[in-house]
Amino acid sequence: MKITQISVFLENRKGRLFDVCSLLGDNNINIRALTIAETESFGVLRIVVDKSDVAVKLLKDSGFVANLTHVVAVEVGDKPGGLAAVLKVFADNDVNIEYMYGFVEKFSDKALLVFRFADTDLAQQILAKNDIKVVTEKEIEGL
Amino acid sequence: MIWKEQVECVDPSDLKNLQSDYLRKLIAYIYNNCPVYKEKIDDAGLRPEDIKSIDDIKKLPFTTKVDMRDNYPYGLFSADQDKVREIHVSSGTTGNPTLVGYTKDDMKLWSEVMARTLCCAGAEPGDTIQNAYGYGLFTGGLGFHYGAMEMGLRIIPTSAGQTARQLKIMQEFKPRIIVCTPSYALYMAEEAREMGIDTSKGNWKIGIFGAEPWSDSIRREIEELWNMLATDVYGLSEIIGPGVAQECTYKDGLHIFSDVFYPEIIDPETGEEVAEGQDGELVITTLTKQAIPLIRYRTRDVVSINHEKCRCGRTSPRISKIKGRTDDMIVVRGINVFPSQIEHVLVGIEGTQPYYQIVVDRKAHKLDEVEVLVEVEEKIFSDEIKELKELENKIRKEIGSVLSIGVKVTLVEPKTIERSMGKSKRIIDKRTL
Repeated sequence: MKITQISVFLENRKGRLFDVCSLLGDNNINIRALTIAETESFGVLRIVVDKSDVAVKLLKDSGFVANLTHVVAVEVGDKPGGLAAVLKVFADNDVNIEYMYGFVEKFSDKALLVFRFADTDLAQQILAKNDIKVVTEKEIEGL
Repeated sequence: MIWKEQVECVDPSDLKNLQSDYLRKLIAYIYNNCPVYKEKIDDAGLRPEDIKSIDDIKKLPFTTKVDMRDNYPYGLFSADQDKVREIHVSSGTTGNPTLVGYTKDDMKLWSEVMARTLCCAGAEPGDTIQNAYGYGLFTGGLGFHYGAMEMGLRIIPTSAGQTARQLKIMQEFKPRIIVCTPSYALYMAEEAREMGIDTSKGNWKIGIFGAEPWSDSIRREIEELWNMLATDVYGLSEIIGPGVAQECTYKDGLHIFSDVFYPEIIDPETGEEVAEGQDGELVITTLTKQAIPLIRYRTRDVVSINHEKCRCGRTSPRISKIKGRTDDMIVVRGINVFPSQIEHVLVGIEGTQPYYQIVVDRKAHKLDEVEVLVEVEEKIFSDEIKELKELENKIRKEIGSVLSIGVKVTLVEPKTIERSMGKSKRIIDKRTL
């Protein structure tokens, strides 16, 4: 099950991250997971929120460049070796990870990680075959 | 010394006769040899015989950079290409480069005006000169080389760059004269300090700096750092390269070699001549060139002129340092940069907006740095950093190859570059020139 991630272009300028977060906060949108990829001159903010359609419209209307990307939220055992066990499945099955990051909060007693795969469909098949739980969009909204 | 005293110190009325004679011959020559100019002269309702004295020059039409571009490559040439001995090409503003050529006699003229230039700055035959202007298609390097050869100097042709090596050579061969762009002189001094070399202690006495605008405060700085006399040289490849005008040791204006490069200072809006001492656009006619003589060429450089005889003895009029431009050209590390060149590149790259800004800065005496800010449109925005970096690189490479200088490209959020009702602010020049 894919979930929607919003990517926002951020200029390397004071207060830009604050601008995004306060815009979402003022409109009662909750950030579930977040990461920033940065270069020397700009950054890309990637977030998973409870109302992605509303959020992306809001951001665009406020002049941000934003787009939607499909990612997969995977449950990982919250214990030593938990992430390694999942990564081994990917490695064994030639599933390439573009990037990954953690959720802000926990959904169950397990940890939640967001994965962006080179081939999302393939990754989903492998996850299903190996009985690894992925989180649905509905579940994200209910977090 | 004065290289060609008979013209550099000539009586003004004799000068006028000489210029009138040259102009009459020039007009007859180009009218018969350059169809583009023939048409221009015909269109102005003139016959070559109408040009009797130098005062008639005002009747003639102007020549602009656009004429050079539109008639690329050979349209403005009056000489056949088999008479051309050397060509120089500079990058174009919107596609076509600017091509200039020199016949054998033009090469002699260039050597002579460069010898006058060097003498004007205080060079003496037998001096050693280190030439750190770029050799190649840029006219700076070879122009100084030919002039130094003509007047009998010992030349160290280092060309620009390889600063550590420049400094070593300087210590080893002890040049009395150093020539380069003013920003490179500052940069070399900075590098020298880091290498533990004291540039205020050397054999050098004279610097000839040009190809970019610089102020008297930069002059004081260079003179202090290098303990030398820093003089300004003016030129442009369309006219001949360096060797159009040069400061003498009194540093009170640049002597323009008006017997061969006839100057007029005009109001850029009306085209009318402005009063002596007033600021206006410098317009030059090459009175004796053969390959590609230009009539009333609009340099776009803003200067004032002074016809009084100089303390050095020269009667040739003096132009001020360049006070500005009538177009949006900027000079970076000796290279002319037009915003339209950058716009042209961006329009050609899919997905980029024509919204951009050029920021030029000179950080702590280092070389000029150019940063091009480009707005990221939704079409080109990718979640993948590597794709954005690839786009940045692509823009950087293409601009770099068009301008012949390295630039930094920074992607910025849309609508962050200031829009204005009129001409948008394309260039932010933070340098203290």
